[in-house]
Amino acid sequence: MSFTAVFVTTVTLFIIGSVIIANAFLTNALSELESKVDVNVYFVTTAKEGDILALKTRLESLPEVAAVEYINREQALKNFMERNKDNALVLQSLEELGDNPLGALFNIKAHDPSQYAGIVSFLDKQGSDVLSGEASIIDRVNYADNQVIIERLSAITRSTRELGAFIAIILIAMAALVTFSTIRLAIYNSRQEISIMRLVGAGNSYIRGPFVIEGVMYGFLAAVISLIIMFPATIWITRTTAGFFGGINLTSYFVSNFGQLLIILLVCGVLLGMTSSFLAVRRYLKV
Amino acid sequence: MLSFEKVSKKYPDSSMALDDVNFKVERGEFVSVVGHSGAGKTTLMKMVLAEEHPSEGEIFFDTINIHKLRRSMISEYRRRIGVVFQDFRLLANKTAYENVAFAMEAAGRPDDVIQTDVPEVLALVGLGSKMWNFPNQLSGGEQQRVAIGRAIVNQPDLLIADEPTGNLDPINTYDVVQILKKINDLGTTVLLATHNKGVIDFLGKRVITMEKGKIVRDDPTGKYIL
Repeated sequence: MSFTAVFVTTVTLFIIGSVIIANAFLTNALSELESKVDVNVYFVTTAKEGDILALKTRLESLPEVAAVEYINREQALKNFMERNKDNALVLQSLEELGDNPLGALFNIKAHDPSQYAGIVSFLDKQGSDVLSGEASIIDRVNYADNQVIIERLSAITRSTRELGAFIAIILIAMAALVTFSTIRLAIYNSRQEISIMRLVGAGNSYIRGPFVIEGVMYGFLAAVISLIIMFPATIWITRTTAGFFGGINLTSYFVSNFGQLLIILLVCGVLLGMTSSFLAVRRYLKV
Repeated sequence: MLSFEKVSKKYPDSSMALDDVNFKVERGEFVSVVGHSGAGKTTLMKMVLAEEHPSEGEIFFDTINIHKLRRSMISEYRRRIGVVFQDFRLLANKTAYENVAFAMEAAGRPDDVIQTDVPEVLALVGLGSKMWNFPNQLSGGEQQRVAIGRAIVNQPDLLIADEPTGNLDPINTYDVVQILKKINDLGTTVLLATHNKGVIDFLGKRVITMEKGKIVRDDPTGKYIL
């Protein structure tokens, strides 16, 4: 048995497994964040309810829009007071103001986060159209802040996938080469045995068999070892990032998808070991 | 059963290992090939095993043109031939029994046949009591007898022995030749390459004499003349 071949294959499989877990983790985080994203349209306090409702109807007719929630001025005030019910100063100053300083607002949800940009530009166009006649009823649209976060997270997910795949490919090549030369060495060590096998008329598969099985065993062992290493690794990551990501628990993801992960890594490992030793035998045995 | 037809072998350095070799071996014959080192004996043996390809000419085993066999068929063809070498070529980490059994496993024989045939063959070569010895616990002659056991265990049609007595003292040489003769008496065709005069004279069988890749003499009951 070659320690090196098993070790390199283990590292390779560990990286492949990590990429799978990280991908699931980030995708999960992204979709959670995306579901929290919406666009708020704040109207000026002087906006007429009729204009606002007309805009609502037009927004709802857009295919990108999933839902438009209309919060009128009174409701907005109520929400604001609810949020600040412990802050006497705010409540007092509101009372002194007498009039309701808050405008009505829309809470718009799109089917897909990438569609927010389109909705926002539609709103901008509406604003300027109205502007030609009279003052725009739209005070401001908060979209930019959320957009930055979403785009950043998508970029992280994408580059994690790409980097992971890149590292995995390099490591796969390394593992294949190490297994290849390990098997080559094994062939060299048993060249006498092989030459005798050939002279007594052993078939190709009979000669090739033990070496290919050796490669399969490397892959199998590496898959098991990498899964064993991965378990404490996920516990550690979960613990250190718990405060940061909140919702998603990496360890429970690992445990609940253990079977799937096991199959993927086993198949990868066995294929890797088998292919590299098969090629080594083909190349150095001339069977 | 074996026939060489105008076989020549030219090596890249343009030396002729075999030069227009023609001969036939009939089933059940015991044929010795003699000649100095480099006369082409080993090349001739390797060609029968399909290890070397002739530059010209053809070699037939029964109706099989050996060098037109497909790769996958070569191993099957080799199972019909047993081989013995000067240096025994036993596996050092296997016992006498295992060395013989190994040849049967390689040929894909079932386990129960292996378990009955191997002791029989080892008894035939006079090693029934040393079945579980490793090669380094056996004398040269005994090792060669294990090798012969391995060569005949699959009941080949033809036994090739390339200088099987080259590393042995006269007494062991005599034993080994006796065994080869016994195998021949049991019906196996034997092709023996040697340069041991005593062996040839003792056998009194057909002798093919080679010199510089050519057959210079082919006596049906030969004496060793060089």
